[in-house]
Amino acid sequence: MNLTLKVWRQQDAKAAGKFVSYQVQNVTPDMSFLEMLDLLNENLQTKGEAPVVFEHDCREGICGSCGFLINGVAHGGHRGTTVCQLSMRFFKDGDSLTLEPWRAKAFPVLRDLAVDRSAFDRIIQAGGFISAPTGGAPDANAILVPKNDAERAFDAAACIGCGACVAACPNAAAMLFTSAKITHLNSLPQGQPQRDQRTLDMVAAMTEEDFGSCTNHGECEAVCPKEIPIEFIGRMNRDLIHATLHRRGE
Amino acid sequence: MTESAVATKAAPNRLLALWSSVIGKKVVMALTGAVLVLFVIAHMVGNLKIFSGPVEINAYSRFLREVGYPELGYGQLLWIVRIVLLICAVLHITAATQLTVMNRKARPIGYESKKDVETTWGALTMRWGGVLLAVFIVFHLFHFTAGMVGFQPGQFEHLMVYQNVVAGFSVVSIALFYILAMCALCLHLDHGIWSALQTLGWVTTDNTKSLRIISRLIAIVIFAGFISVPISVLAGWVR
Repeated sequence: MNLTLKVWRQQDAKAAGKFVSYQVQNVTPDMSFLEMLDLLNENLQTKGEAPVVFEHDCREGICGSCGFLINGVAHGGHRGTTVCQLSMRFFKDGDSLTLEPWRAKAFPVLRDLAVDRSAFDRIIQAGGFISAPTGGAPDANAILVPKNDAERAFDAAACIGCGACVAACPNAAAMLFTSAKITHLNSLPQGQPQRDQRTLDMVAAMTEEDFGSCTNHGECEAVCPKEIPIEFIGRMNRDLIHATLHRRGE
Repeated sequence: MTESAVATKAAPNRLLALWSSVIGKKVVMALTGAVLVLFVIAHMVGNLKIFSGPVEINAYSRFLREVGYPELGYGQLLWIVRIVLLICAVLHITAATQLTVMNRKARPIGYESKKDVETTWGALTMRWGGVLLAVFIVFHLFHFTAGMVGFQPGQFEHLMVYQNVVAGFSVVSIALFYILAMCALCLHLDHGIWSALQTLGWVTTDNTKSLRIISRLIAIVIFAGFISVPISVLAGWVR
């Protein structure tokens, strides 16, 4: 099949960008979306033009590197699917697709479709860890975890930090990401000693990075490739209320 | 560190600490919103007394001023409620304004192609609908509470609720403005009630559908209750 792509091209963080249209021919339905872009880039390089820059690594939906808007929807609009896992069989001959990078003050465009997501790393650095003493490895299963807590922690830990939640949010808020990371550790016994401090620090870091705040539109949940529920945002809010009121006097 | 982050950690008072965080402001919006919703429900139920006739509703308006006697003087309870409502409205609007300013800054360069997938009309009209409601409430207080606008000289009489309502809604443009404002209220509550529950962490993946339906039902009942009065006056059923 043949496609028309309208792609955001931007030389670097400071340059002004613009949309450029390309024709891609001989796309087969068994290609992934990124393989289709590889084909475009091969053609561009053959003609001596700069290839379209996009981030990718594992190409199996678990690393969180890839992601951009396809026709206005982050990751292309197939529930629970990253762009790298999006198959070209969902598109048809003659389709016209607009590819646009994540837009947020906290995610400056580096080049073309690649944005700088190190703001997420700084939120993790603020409290997305447990402090464990070194020494002999503890016995496996020495700490019992109730099944529901383990399940919730696992669901939250599925977040790959791709940034689609921020991109889709009308306020460019990072609340789904931050709440997933907080829920992951705050649900487990190992996360309890630092629970209050973690919640306060990660929310403070999120605010410092110029992300917006939640207005409960639910756009983030709809595009999340790992289908993280906004229920976790409510849990984070509760943890923050508790931490703020509880920590007084320490 | 930004001011808000430092304040979260160092604020001397726990409520101030909550207010200074983004999530704290959301919580304040949810709690003050809940108070305002409860008031709106009570107000709507009170309005329906107009269908029992002038004696009933005029007595009800005196009751609101005399209730609590002798512990509370004439009208004191009403003033307590008014002050609480004013504080809630001010906090609700202040938090909304501050969060909106912050949210606008979070995406300085907008999208060209962005589509909404999940959101509702209610959610999309929260901000401008809220502004319309604020304008409406100010007008409403000058209109039916104070009788300073919308009436012929000498037409408005304190505590003569029935006669005032009939005279007030006989002006078609004013009645239509009331109905428009109630549309905004309906949309605001459709998203707002569910949203407050979500912000406070009561919404789960399992109950979210039911809570959305309940939120919508409450919004529609409030809407129907309020607009029944101007419509009945315009139709001549209440005169």
